[in-house]
Amino acid sequence: MAALTRAIESEAGTPPRPNRRPRSLPGWRWAILLITAVYFLLPLWGALRFSGVSAFGAVISEAGFGSSLWLSVRLAIVTTAITLALMVPTAVYVHLRLPQLRRVLDSITILPVVIPPVVLIIGVLQITRVAPSLQSSPYLLALEYVILSMPFAYRSIDAGLRSLDLKTITEASNSLGAGWVSTLWRVILPNLTTALLSATVLTVALVLGEYTMATLDLFQTFPVWIVVNDQVSAQVSVAASLLALFVTWLVLMLITLVGVRNSRRRGGGEVTLFTAAAPQTIGN
Amino acid sequence: MGANEIAANAAGVDNPEASEAAAGVAVTSEAAGARGGTSVSLRNLTRVFGATRALDEMSLEIAPGELVALLGPSGCGKTTALRIVAGFEYADFGAVLIDGKDISGVPAAKRDMGMVFQSYSLFPNMSAQENVAFGLRMRKVGGATRRKRAAELLDMVGLAAQAGQFPHQLSGGQQQRVALARALAIEPRVLLLDEPLSALDAKVRLQLREQIRTLQQRLGTTTLFVTHDQEEALSMADRVGVMRAGRLEQVAEPAELYSRPATAFVAEFVGTMNRLPAELGGGGTAVTVLGVTVPAQEGGPSSGPVDALVRPENLAVAAAEDGNGIVTGRTFLGAVTRVAVRLSGDTEVAVDVSSAAAAAMAPGTAVQVSIPEGPVLVAARTSD
Repeated sequence: MAALTRAIESEAGTPPRPNRRPRSLPGWRWAILLITAVYFLLPLWGALRFSGVSAFGAVISEAGFGSSLWLSVRLAIVTTAITLALMVPTAVYVHLRLPQLRRVLDSITILPVVIPPVVLIIGVLQITRVAPSLQSSPYLLALEYVILSMPFAYRSIDAGLRSLDLKTITEASNSLGAGWVSTLWRVILPNLTTALLSATVLTVALVLGEYTMATLDLFQTFPVWIVVNDQVSAQVSVAASLLALFVTWLVLMLITLVGVRNSRRRGGGEVTLFTAAAPQTIGN
Repeated sequence: MGANEIAANAAGVDNPEASEAAAGVAVTSEAAGARGGTSVSLRNLTRVFGATRALDEMSLEIAPGELVALLGPSGCGKTTALRIVAGFEYADFGAVLIDGKDISGVPAAKRDMGMVFQSYSLFPNMSAQENVAFGLRMRKVGGATRRKRAAELLDMVGLAAQAGQFPHQLSGGQQQRVALARALAIEPRVLLLDEPLSALDAKVRLQLREQIRTLQQRLGTTTLFVTHDQEEALSMADRVGVMRAGRLEQVAEPAELYSRPATAFVAEFVGTMNRLPAELGGGGTAVTVLGVTVPAQEGGPSSGPVDALVRPENLAVAAAEDGNGIVTGRTFLGAVTRVAVRLSGDTEVAVDVSSAAAAAMAPGTAVQVSIPEGPVLVAARTSD
């Protein structure tokens, strides 16, 4: 994730940074880059050495690998769908009609970061009492993950909306005969592609890596399977972790590249994972 | 802009051929699907924001095919009035009638009004052609027809070559022209222009001003145009409504607005106006100013000390050893030069004279400023 959460050039028009090259100390830059690279890559290299190349082949045939990975993927899809369906209309409505509530919403959406996961789980279990079948379903986790991903998804969408003159384009769309659904579908969402991709990437990454809630709820998602399998075969478990890391990284890069390509075509400027409005961006 | 230029513009607004030649546009009413003009009636519109009355029983009648400009300083309520007509704001009291039918409860999307906004409002995800075709798409016009009409409209605003470009690839002036084409594509009953030129540089503003006026006249689209720029209002509109504090001070043709302002506010907001200390007598019918008694225009105070309001081009100035003022500065405006004179009593006035005559009036020259014979507008004294 660290590689993806680099600094952002804002679509909203953050002035380009002056191209200052510290000519007197060019070596420092390489030194910092080297230290950072070692810090991130050394553990990966250690893990790779520990597991050995042959363990990668064994991962796929391990019991539970396919089912747990598939569960995590399904949860990622469902969580992303619920998150976007909830957050996009909310953020758009607040931007257009209740701008004075933006600070309140900012504060509310940060709560899941400070509330312990176990409290969130109890809260969700209390609410879902009305649907016992849901409580025994792994999709219960999706509801919990929606809460967890809210700070990241909301901020991505909020930043995307800030980069648009939302009021004007909405009114322009209305005056041309488009109702609210058409305006949202044809005008607002296509201009939020990067923000939506950013929210998707963060949500998917969070779901694919979440362990605490899954294990407390006794569902074997992929991260839980890795930990459980660690007691059977440490090498295979580490190989699975590495495999998951690389596959996730590839998927995230792919999503980001698609977003950048679309954004360039539409003149969105330089876009990275956290899209526009750098001051609102959360480091991860 | 010099006062003479304003007067010239005000007098010569109706010259579509000349304007078209200047803008270089080929206009066909078929291209934009012109329809018969629509009348617009604003009846006692009142809108209150907290303690502020943005609109205070404002009424205005716009004839079919007419272009009316609402002119006024920031916060006078002109944009609120436009937004109420568009359906983006509601009036606390009053009604908006289109062809005699009250549309107050009709949502913006169903009002059939084309609007060009002050800020660039093109949809960033669509090309110029897609932007223009958007309104037609919402009206379920078929793809081929949509593309054809969008191409015609882009051609009409001189941007046929830019049809495939996205907004970020267009200049500000081009974006506003696409926005105009987009607003006209839906064959609007009323065209609403919310300071569409204010973000553009002077040269582009002038070109686009002429282009908008030309298209509006050819298509006969009833248009409400909001601006704080008097030059724009006077040069483009059939009639101009000057607004102040939510009310219309005067609605008149540009030339009349300039030459016969109804109130001191209109007089001073439109063009340049001198305030000269004067004494009102004869029951409010005669005013003594600069030692001369002239008729007072109706509508002012009835007696006592007042200010006479006189335009720079209506004052006369000539070098005179024992004159009533001293030249303090000159501003060359082309054919005329505006001479600043300090009168006895420290009143500063501006007088327009031919540039040839102004050559003899260097700063420090003693001059005699005199007032014309005709009636002058008077207002409560503020010149002290």
